Amino acid sequence: MRPYLQGHIALMWEIFLYWLEKSPSQGTGQMSRAYTPKVVTANALIEGDVVYLTADDRWTRDHAEAELIEDEAHAQLRLLKAEHQKNVVVGAYLADAKAGPKGPEPIHFREVFRTRGPSNYAHGKQEARHV
Amino acid sequence: MYRYTDFDAAFVRARNAQFRAQVERRISGALTEDEFRPLRLMNGLYLQLHAYMLRIAIPYGTISSRQMRQLAYIAERWDKGYGHFTTRQNIQFNWPRLSDVPDILEALAEVQMHSIQTSGNTIRNVTADHFAGAAADEIEDPRPTAELIRQWSTDHPEFQFLPRKFKIGVSGSPHDRAVTKSHDIGLRIVRGGDGRTGYEVLVGGGLGRTPMVGQVIRPFLKKADLLPYLEAIVSTYNLMGRRDNKFKARIKITVFENGMEKFRDAVDARFEQIKREWTGVDPDLLAHIEHSFLPPAFRDAPQDGYETARRADPVFRAWTDTNLTAHRVPGYAIVTVSLKAHGATPGDATAAQMRLLADLADKYGHGELRISHEQNVVLPHVHKSDLWALHESLKTEGLATANIGLVSDIIACPGMDYCALATARSIPVAQEIATHFQALGLEEEIGALKIKISGCINACGHHHVGHIGILGLDRAGVENYQITLGGDHTETMTLGERAGPGFAYDEIVPAIERLLRAYLALREDREETFLAAYRRLGAEPFKAALYEAEAERDAA
Repeated sequence: MRPYLQGHIALMWEIFLYWLEKSPSQGTGQMSRAYTPKVVTANALIEGDVVYLTADDRWTRDHAEAELIEDEAHAQLRLLKAEHQKNVVVGAYLADAKAGPKGPEPIHFREVFRTRGPSNYAHGKQEARHV
Repeated sequence: MYRYTDFDAAFVRARNAQFRAQVERRISGALTEDEFRPLRLMNGLYLQLHAYMLRIAIPYGTISSRQMRQLAYIAERWDKGYGHFTTRQNIQFNWPRLSDVPDILEALAEVQMHSIQTSGNTIRNVTADHFAGAAADEIEDPRPTAELIRQWSTDHPEFQFLPRKFKIGVSGSPHDRAVTKSHDIGLRIVRGGDGRTGYEVLVGGGLGRTPMVGQVIRPFLKKADLLPYLEAIVSTYNLMGRRDNKFKARIKITVFENGMEKFRDAVDARFEQIKREWTGVDPDLLAHIEHSFLPPAFRDAPQDGYETARRADPVFRAWTDTNLTAHRVPGYAIVTVSLKAHGATPGDATAAQMRLLADLADKYGHGELRISHEQNVVLPHVHKSDLWALHESLKTEGLATANIGLVSDIIACPGMDYCALATARSIPVAQEIATHFQALGLEEEIGALKIKISGCINACGHHHVGHIGILGLDRAGVENYQITLGGDHTETMTLGERAGPGFAYDEIVPAIERLLRAYLALREDREETFLAAYRRLGAEPFKAALYEAEAERDAA
């Protein structure tokens, strides 16, 4: 076989494997799992404080003001938008969240800590809010 | 203390000027975070959970009163009024703004301090016995060796991009207080057959994901051969170490995968090669370094006031029982000042505390202070006749806690209260253990005990070598704490054994209480420490106490 064809076939095989993995399993009636909503979060470049992306393209320090993203493709687009703001924020990523009475709420305990600050002193966000 | 030469001062100034320009370019957007990150790490600047963190080297844990005052100034001017002393004898500020960091580094340079190589895959701050130059059992002061290594390793062109970080610890005493066996290279000053001192060289120790006890690669190394031999080890590792997998990149894995024999042969071959080319350390330089660590002018004064005060003041007596260590000079004592007041964050000191410590060092301790890897501050040379007055002053800033070596003298990493790598919190667990046993009134009864807590598998809190180790993990989105038993951080280093399944956040303190109550019931007498009892009895009775409920359920 010609060498360049080998690479081509390997790529086709990879695509086939990816398709197998991603396609919903047949016959069992199982659907692909529901998407856990996300918020885009990062740290502010100068202070390092935790920030969240809002629906109207601002960075807020308050988790409840974040845009709760329920669609995977939209989440990727919003993350790309965040990653492009290189001299505003650092280390943007998508964090799991859920809807709450006052706005999005974090799910994982790490994200809960990020909304308020350390537990040994009232520093960080909790200090600013006089909690 | 070592004082910078003109070369040292110019080097630090040049590095600070470079970093100032790098920060400016980052803020302007000329540098991306990917480009900036390795540059900031080379200067000790991390981005943590809530803010930046600046890690400042305190080489071999030795710090002057003037430097301590400057740290207090930095804490108030640019941070939140406190600093955190770490298990590698560094200090960390948890809240600096990126734009302020160049000014902070400049303030540090004014007192001959820096953050160079406190992060990144380089040779890190060299640590040493915190009782160096003072301990009664010392063969030789390890600090000239540590300073020589610092100068050799700082900006070493071959070792700026090692496979992974590289830590060296030096001890000058048979009793190892520098945890040399958990370092990439551990050096122990020993006396050779002819009475001259040299080094026992250990390699491949480390805690973290794959804990290993360092092994002897060379039982006796002549002092003159130190740098060429270290260079041989690190350059062998630089080539042989794995760069394909971060978790297998430390030298302990290189030694383990290749076997000590093969690794030693490669080092020896490289050593022969380097030694031929080595021009030696300038004797003037070495003399300058050694001269910097001459002992202070000790006093020969009466000390009867000390015994009188001990008899009259039970609080003072309790403090002298726990916080003093034998000094090599008669009439003197080594004072360990506890940064572990019950309920306080282990290793944290406020600016006011730092200033008081600096003043007391000037007044009673020849202007010298030490930071221990156990996150306390040491006044290495205090005359016994000054101890009572010292203790009275320490009380004014909450620094007179008499708990060194007891259940509340806990090592704890910052954990998920600060650290971006953490999987669970450590600080509140340490705080609760301390206050809980104080409330029970059991601290003195329990006696000598080392509890060490890490908030992730990287083991900054040395949990593997705690008599009781606690490791905080994330189990399915919930904080979970694993207990290890029987660890030992000294010259007889032993890794603790995992006791069994972990405990939830609100179950960990009760579990430690069951464990220690079992110890009190099982020990032969007050002289038998927790570790000794564990060694005599094995893990079983302690596991039974930890998993009481499970045992009952199984029996039913």
